Amino acid sequence: MTPPPAGRAALPGSLAADPWRSHAARIVAIRDEAPGVRGYDLELCDSAVREAYRFRPGQFNMLLLPGIGEAAISIASDPDAPHRLTHTVRAVGNVTDALARRCEGDEILLRGPFGTPWPLGALEGGDVIVVAGGLGLASQRAAILTLARQRNAYRRVVVLAGAKAPAGLLYAGEDAAWRAAGIEVERVVESADAGWRGAVGLVTDLVARLGDGRRAGVLCCGPDGMMRAVAAAAAGVGIGPERVWVSMERPMSCAVGQCGLCQFGPFFVCLDGPVFRYDRVARLLEIPGL
Amino acid sequence: MGPPTDTAAPLELGPAGLDRLVCILAETHRVIGPTVADGAVVLREIASAAELPVGWIDEQEGGRYRLHADASAGPFDHVVGPFSLKNFLFPPRETVALLERGAEGWRSRPPEGAPRALAVVGVRGCDLAALAIQDRVFLGSGHVDPAYQARRRDLILVAVDCRRAAPTCFCHSTGSGPAACDAGAGRVADLTLVDLGPGPAGSAAEDLGIEPSAARRFACRAGTLRGAAILGRLRAEGLAGSLAPADSELSAAVPRATAARLAARGPGERHLDTEGLRDLLFDRLDHPRWDDVAARCLACTNCTLVCPTCFCASVTEIPALDAERVERERRWESCFSLDHSRMHGRAVRHSTAARYRQWLTHKLAGWIDQFGVSGCTGCGRCITWCPVGIDLTAEVAALRAPPPASEGGRA
Amino acid sequence: MSTLPDGDHGAGPVPARRLRVAVWKFASCDGCQLQLLDAVGRWPALLGRIEFVQFLEASSRVEPGPYDVGIVEGSVSTPQDVVRIREVRRQCRFLLTIGACATSGGIQALRNWGRVEDFVAAVYASPDTIEALATSTGIAEHVPVDFELRGCPVDTAQLADVLVALATGRTPRVPSTSVCAECKAAGVVCVAVTRGIPCLGPVTQAGCGALCPAHGRECFGCFGPAEATNLPALSAHYEATGTPRGRLLPLVRGICGWAPAFRAEAERLADAPGEPAP
Repeated sequence: MTPPPAGRAALPGSLAADPWRSHAARIVAIRDEAPGVRGYDLELCDSAVREAYRFRPGQFNMLLLPGIGEAAISIASDPDAPHRLTHTVRAVGNVTDALARRCEGDEILLRGPFGTPWPLGALEGGDVIVVAGGLGLASQRAAILTLARQRNAYRRVVVLAGAKAPAGLLYAGEDAAWRAAGIEVERVVESADAGWRGAVGLVTDLVARLGDGRRAGVLCCGPDGMMRAVAAAAAGVGIGPERVWVSMERPMSCAVGQCGLCQFGPFFVCLDGPVFRYDRVARLLEIPGL
Repeated sequence: MGPPTDTAAPLELGPAGLDRLVCILAETHRVIGPTVADGAVVLREIASAAELPVGWIDEQEGGRYRLHADASAGPFDHVVGPFSLKNFLFPPRETVALLERGAEGWRSRPPEGAPRALAVVGVRGCDLAALAIQDRVFLGSGHVDPAYQARRRDLILVAVDCRRAAPTCFCHSTGSGPAACDAGAGRVADLTLVDLGPGPAGSAAEDLGIEPSAARRFACRAGTLRGAAILGRLRAEGLAGSLAPADSELSAAVPRATAARLAARGPGERHLDTEGLRDLLFDRLDHPRWDDVAARCLACTNCTLVCPTCFCASVTEIPALDAERVERERRWESCFSLDHSRMHGRAVRHSTAARYRQWLTHKLAGWIDQFGVSGCTGCGRCITWCPVGIDLTAEVAALRAPPPASEGGRA
Repeated sequence: MSTLPDGDHGAGPVPARRLRVAVWKFASCDGCQLQLLDAVGRWPALLGRIEFVQFLEASSRVEPGPYDVGIVEGSVSTPQDVVRIREVRRQCRFLLTIGACATSGGIQALRNWGRVEDFVAAVYASPDTIEALATSTGIAEHVPVDFELRGCPVDTAQLADVLVALATGRTPRVPSTSVCAECKAAGVVCVAVTRGIPCLGPVTQAGCGALCPAHGRECFGCFGPAEATNLPALSAHYEATGTPRGRLLPLVRGICGWAPAFRAEAERLADAPGEPAP
């Protein structure tokens, strides 16, 4: 078999043999994370599959509900504990609506992991700025947990998370733990409610106030327009597009570069992404309808 | 089996030899070949060489295909029709996984049953090029599609050097014909045939002055050990013999003559300028021509479905009503459908301009980044089978013109 | 589309309570109701998920509402229909309309381009006893509809799929592409390209399995306009290649002629300068 082109991860053994093979996974816990958003902790049922399963921060699984369909969902848990895989999911469509009706103890099917990871290794020794819009933080939680554990390998680690309203802020209960690990956490909402004591505005405002960013890298995930705004704000504090990484979302059916649905310019988001260095996609993101 | 001693030397095959070849293939394989049905030369299962489209010639232009009776036409004087190897190796619908609920809960397993091995007769250079491209998609980018791999492994290819080119053909621009095989370009067949008989007007046979009285004979060359074994069997049966030196020269001259006809096309005739095309297209993503073509395009998906390299597909769940079993079926998808880019209820490429741009830039530019080659083999199917005759070579020519400085197009 | 709130878990076990389904006929030929009967005949397991509590084509059983699902065949064609469809809507949590008549007025919407009094006078011995609206229109022009299933008639497999989708809380799998995609998938050779027959396949929503082209005939647009389409470009091509406008106009005004995209093209063809419409 031909080795994967540079920049793409090789698939784990079971997928290399048959990329369509899914594995049973039990829902061991469900949490409400935000209105319409739940966290599902999954445990692969087959012990051999479970023991062999490894993932890197930023990668995703294809979650399959028999008879309903399949959806690409980021893995939001700690890569050091791959026996329990968290997926934070907003009910917005066929598969995710059906998932929202599942209960603890139910089984679904899963194949993965797929895609490129956040480049944590390349950022060692510098500052790491994690910038999230809304549900985007789900794709970054695995990176944040890794940064927390390997905190000494980095200088400043900052999480800037925004949402439309306070209720939409994900993992707000984890701020204390992240801060205790030495991570600066700032939350911002576009419109406050009565109980909100934090900042009001956009995450891009927080990026613009970061100070000297010359030794920083930015990991950004959110809607396409938000990521463009963050990259522009990062450039304003000295973080060039080659030090910004974004995680893209496109529809997907196969996750192995064979169905063509996730194309974005010359890229397959499933293979070349979802994490892209911003300078590779900056121009493409500016073209509507690509 | 030891290596053949004379795979390079073509043998002569008479009409009985061609018929016997089909019978030998049918012993172990389902034989697919060109045959006339529904007003076109289609690819279907054939039982004998008698089903080949002898006496028929196709006329093709943008949005137009007609078959005409022509007594001078041999079995392979037509050019490519609406079907290609893709219809058989990457079928329109295929189960990729079975989900079954047992005592242990839901389990996924591969689909059952291996389909009968295929042999395809009459394959052209453009379609061998397309096969090499689909191999890169389904076998070559780090992951293997198991069903494609199984079909590909067993596939026997009997290729034909083109004696004729339709006005829609432009393999001379894409380097994928009219000679069928080019090992350096990945175009390999088990056997390759060259028709040495008379040909209809506009064919290489005519250029070469082959007398209309000559009997229908073929030069047959093996390109693989499997092909050499078949050819050896035909020789042992007395149905293939040495090729006279003059005929050997003729067999080499046929594809050259067709190539010369294509190369002699004037400025108004069809060709595709591929020079620097990848960079040009990625540089012209906001060219007003995308809106221009969108005013003509029906977004009906035909170009992508007849294209021998287009591979987009989506998977549909087909649950049995007893809810104990689900088939996951892969179906051809097209970048011209809104479903192709639908995300959270909205299509990313909502305008026809954006969808045509996706098709053309993927085919001629993105493909090069993804698979190292252009996705176009110059077969011209997308031109003939577009219901309104949109011509990608004309669209590329228009995109080569710099956009007017004052007005930027929007897709 | 919205789904019923008590859908079970996907392809999960058959639910304890079946959906209560009622069927109504408006102005129509009953063909779509026959397709519904055919669907149940082909897949009796459907009755494990739904229960017909009113389906006069099949049974004299009539249970009172409210109903989980109302299925409506036919168009709104009389003043009484206007009143009755509001009552139907009131009784149904989910309203499913089936067929060309219910979704776009049907073939009887041909009258929308003429004068209904003239038709009535030509057909009936005592025209004064006939109460008919000037137009035949789809149900959604009168009340909110939760899902429209197109076709003349609807496809049994699609109908079964919609019912299972409703019972299980998933999205129905109805293609949005053109009939051309079905021709190509089925290996049907294009009648427009090989024979110059004006065919509506490129602009018509898939669903019939390319029934007419598979028999050498043009597509008549029974499933209505495809989601993304460009009728003026198709008409222009057919006219440029020799099809008279007098042949195109009735094709576009046919089975689903009152569907917005077809209707707009019919009006454009009738109004545009050039060969006069018949």
